[in-house]
Amino acid sequence: MFVRLSIAVAALSVLTGAALAQGAKLTDPQIAHIAYTAGVIDINAAKQAETKASNKDVKAFAKDMARDHEAVNKQALDLVKKLKVTPEDNDTSKALSKQAADKLAELGKLKGSAYDKAYIDNEVAYHKTVNTALETQLIPSASNPELKSLLQTGLKIFQGHEQHAEHVAAGMK
Amino acid sequence: MSPGRYLATLALFALGAMAVPAHAATIQIVMENLVISPAAVSAKVGDTIEWVNKDVLAHTATANNGDFDVTIAPKKTARSVLTKAGTVDYYCRFHPNMKAVLTVAP
Repeated sequence: MFVRLSIAVAALSVLTGAALAQGAKLTDPQIAHIAYTAGVIDINAAKQAETKASNKDVKAFAKDMARDHEAVNKQALDLVKKLKVTPEDNDTSKALSKQAADKLAELGKLKGSAYDKAYIDNEVAYHKTVNTALETQLIPSASNPELKSLLQTGLKIFQGHEQHAEHVAAGMK
Repeated sequence: MSPGRYLATLALFALGAMAVPAHAATIQIVMENLVISPAAVSAKVGDTIEWVNKDVLAHTATANNGDFDVTIAPKKTARSVLTKAGTVDYYCRFHPNMKAVLTVAP
């Protein structure tokens, strides 16, 4: 158990530059904040892609991401309202937002197929990171069963996104 | 019209309405957590497919050969009547990894 946990934590640190591996047990208000932030990040990336992407599969993928993550985040907002939980900002959310802002700026400098490829590769990596975090950290740490269940649904949706992104990326080579 | 005849007409109408679905089946295909189940369905021309979307996301059932393209809003059910025989591979345009097959007998 300890070995598995530390492997998971190590994997997370590698993937996210420690953004998602703070060690301390997360509370439900923090988990809700992280999950929501992760969604907003992908929506922002998608909005940039909708205007910048030239490949039609990449453009369609970006539209799908905006639509799905907005739907999931709306569910998340409805749930925290119902549970009377106030999402709480935390170091993980802050680190995620910072990394995402840097990435968005980096992608913003690219054009044409270079942009398309960088965006879709980042989508593959980003969904992998978020899915690993959900599986190994956020879902196991969530106390409220409804929050846990929403995160589990989110995981299945985002695993679908990861496959979709991989498929689009493979089609561009 | 006397009340008696009115009722009789209604009863006849109801019988007539019931006679149609007796020949055609309604088959449910569920989309949940980005999975279509059952992944393979056999039906007949005239049958109705009930597309049940249990996700909070919109889905489509889009035939590869262009036979149908149904959009199913989140948490909604859409219906389509099968009019053409054949084996049709279909997928969700928004989530292309959702794939299934529908075999329609004449």
